[in-house]
Amino acid sequence: MKQISKIKWHHYINYIVIAILTVVFAFMSFGGMLDSSTLYMLEKMAIAVMLAVSLSVVVGFLGELSLGHAGFMCVGAYLGGKISCLLEPFFDNGMVTLLISIIIGGIAAAACGIIIGLPALRLKGDYLAIVTLAFGEIVRSLFMNSSSESFGGSLGLNTPRYDKNSLFIIALLLVLVCLAVLQNIIRSKHGRAITSIRDNEIASRATGINVTKYKLAVFSISAFFAGIAGVLYSFSNYTVQSTKFSYNYSIEILVMVVLGGMGSINGSIIAATLITYLDITLQTKLTGNLAVLQDLLYSLILIVLVIYNNAPALKGFREKYNLKNTLNGIFKRRNDPARHTDDEAKWDRVPTKIKVDEVLSVEIKTTQSTVDPDRKEKE
Amino acid sequence: MSEIILKTENLGISFGGLKAVQDVNIEIRKKQLYGLVGPNGAGKTTVFNILTGVYRPTTGRFYLCGEDITGKSQETINHKGIARTFQNIRLFNNMTVIRNVLVGLHNQPEFKCSMVESVFRLPRHFSCEKRMRARAKEILRIVGLEEERNLLSCNLPYGKQRKLEIARALATNPKILLLDEPAAGMNPNETEDLMNIITRIRDEFDMTVLLIEHDMKFVSGLCDEVTVLNFGIVLTKGDTKTALNDPEVIKAYIGG
Repeated sequence: MKQISKIKWHHYINYIVIAILTVVFAFMSFGGMLDSSTLYMLEKMAIAVMLAVSLSVVVGFLGELSLGHAGFMCVGAYLGGKISCLLEPFFDNGMVTLLISIIIGGIAAAACGIIIGLPALRLKGDYLAIVTLAFGEIVRSLFMNSSSESFGGSLGLNTPRYDKNSLFIIALLLVLVCLAVLQNIIRSKHGRAITSIRDNEIASRATGINVTKYKLAVFSISAFFAGIAGVLYSFSNYTVQSTKFSYNYSIEILVMVVLGGMGSINGSIIAATLITYLDITLQTKLTGNLAVLQDLLYSLILIVLVIYNNAPALKGFREKYNLKNTLNGIFKRRNDPARHTDDEAKWDRVPTKIKVDEVLSVEIKTTQSTVDPDRKEKE
Repeated sequence: MSEIILKTENLGISFGGLKAVQDVNIEIRKKQLYGLVGPNGAGKTTVFNILTGVYRPTTGRFYLCGEDITGKSQETINHKGIARTFQNIRLFNNMTVIRNVLVGLHNQPEFKCSMVESVFRLPRHFSCEKRMRARAKEILRIVGLEEERNLLSCNLPYGKQRKLEIARALATNPKILLLDEPAAGMNPNETEDLMNIITRIRDEFDMTVLLIEHDMKFVSGLCDEVTVLNFGIVLTKGDTKTALNDPEVIKAYIGG
C-alpha cells in the first residue's frame, strides 16, 4: 500500500488514459461496433501521436528545430513496407512480418538519424532546420526516382494488407512503448542532461555534459520512432507514396508539437489527436464542390487555435478559464507558481529556446543561439 | 610546498592580429586561493576560456596535475578536473535549483547509469537517483541554498544565482574551481558571505580556487597570491599585498 501511494500518478496519467482507450476500443472492435472509418481514424491518430511525441523530444526538450521528421518516416515506411513484401511469402501476413518490418524500419530510420545528425547537429537553429528540411526532400526524391521493381518509383510501393480489426491495437500499443521509452529517458539523469543543453548549451558543456553524444542520441531515438510510425503507415495504407512525405507533412507534425506546447508530451498527444481528427473529418465530410473548403477551414481553425494559445491579449482570458485552474478550484488545490514539485520539472511549464514566432514566421531573427555567445563575454 | 595543481607555460592567444593574451605563466598550488586581476579588457576571461577549452591557445601549454591538457574539448577538460562559473550567469533557468546541481553530478563515476538502465527502470536507476539527490542536497547545504532547492533557478535573487553556479561547478568534483567575478553585483553583506563560503569550500573539499575579481577588498581578503594582467600581458605577480601596491598596477587601474 505504501508503495502504491509513493507512485506519482500524474506521471503515468497519459499511459493510463491511452491504455484504457486501447482496451475499450479493442472490445468494441471485436464486438463489431466500430466501422472501418473509425478504425482508419484510430490508426491515423496513433501514427500522428507517435510522430508528434518523438518530434516533441527533439524540439521541446533538446531545443533543436528539425524539419526532416517526414523524411525519417519515409525511410521507415519504404523499408518496412519492402521488408513486409519480401517476408509475406514466408511468414504469411501476420505478427511476425509486422514485428520484423517494424524493427527494421525503425532501425533504418535511426541509422539515417545518426548519419544526418553527425554533420548536421554541429549547426544551430535555422541552419539545422534547413539541413533537415533538405534531408527530408532528398530521401523523398530518392524513393520517388527508384526503379519500379525496387521501391515502386513514382507509382508507389504496394504493401500487404494487415488485418484492419487489430492493426489499431498494435499501433496504440506501440504508442505506449514509444511514450514509455521517451518519458523514461526524459525523467532520468539523461533527460536532465538533455534539457540542460536546451536551457544553456555553453553552461552544459562547461558542466561536462557530452553535448554531441546526447544530441545524436535524441536525434536517432526520435528518428527510430518516426520510422516505426512510417512502417505502421505502410501497413495501414496498403501503399506507400512518396508525395505524402513532403516537407508539408514535416511542418504538419511540427504544428502538432507547437500547438501542444513545446516541452509538453501530453500537449503533443492531444494536439496530434485533434489535428488528425480535424483533417480526416474535413476530408470525409466536405466532398464534391465543397472539397475546396477543406484546406481553407483546416487552416482557419489552425490559425484560431494558434492565436488563442499564444496571443498576449488573450492571456487573462486563458488563465481565467483554463482546465487546470478549474480543476484546482474544484479540488481546492493551491499552486504557487514559483515553487516546483521536487524532482522532475513540471511538463507543461518548460518553455524551449525556440520561440514560437521563430517557428511560425519566415522572418529570420538572430537569436542568442546563432550569435557567438563568448563574444560578449570576452573582456 | 604542496603539489602544483595548475601550471601554464607561456600561454597566449591571438585573434587575427590582436594578441589578446601573451605569455601567461601561472603556478597554482593545492588549496591555494589564487587571484587573477586587471582592468577591463585585460584578457582575464580569455585566460579562463583557454583553461576551460573554449578557445585553443595559439602559443604555450597548460598542465593539470602535471598532465598536459592543452587543446582538449570542454567536456574532457571538465572531466579531468577544471570547473568554472561564468561572468554573466549561465544557469539552467527552467530547472529547479536542485536539478541544476544534479546536472553537475551527471558525470560522476559513482552515479553511473546508462540510458538503457534508465529506459527499463532497472534498480540501478533508482538507487542512482536517490544517491544523486542526497549528494546534491549536501552541496546545496554548503553554499546555503538548501531551503530554495525546489524553486526555479531563474526566480532566485542575483546573489543566490551566483552561489548556485558555484554549487553546480562544485558538483562536477573538480580539482580546481575557476570563478569568474563571483562577487559582481553583490552587496557587502553578500560578498562577505561569499568569502566565507569560498574559504569553507577550500577547507572542506581541499579545493584549489582561481578567481577573477574587481573588488580589491575581496581579492586581498581571500587570495594569497595574484597575477595582474593588463592588455594581455602579465604586469606583475606574487604575494597579494605587494602586487596590488605595485605602482605599475595602480597606474594601470587609475591611469596616469
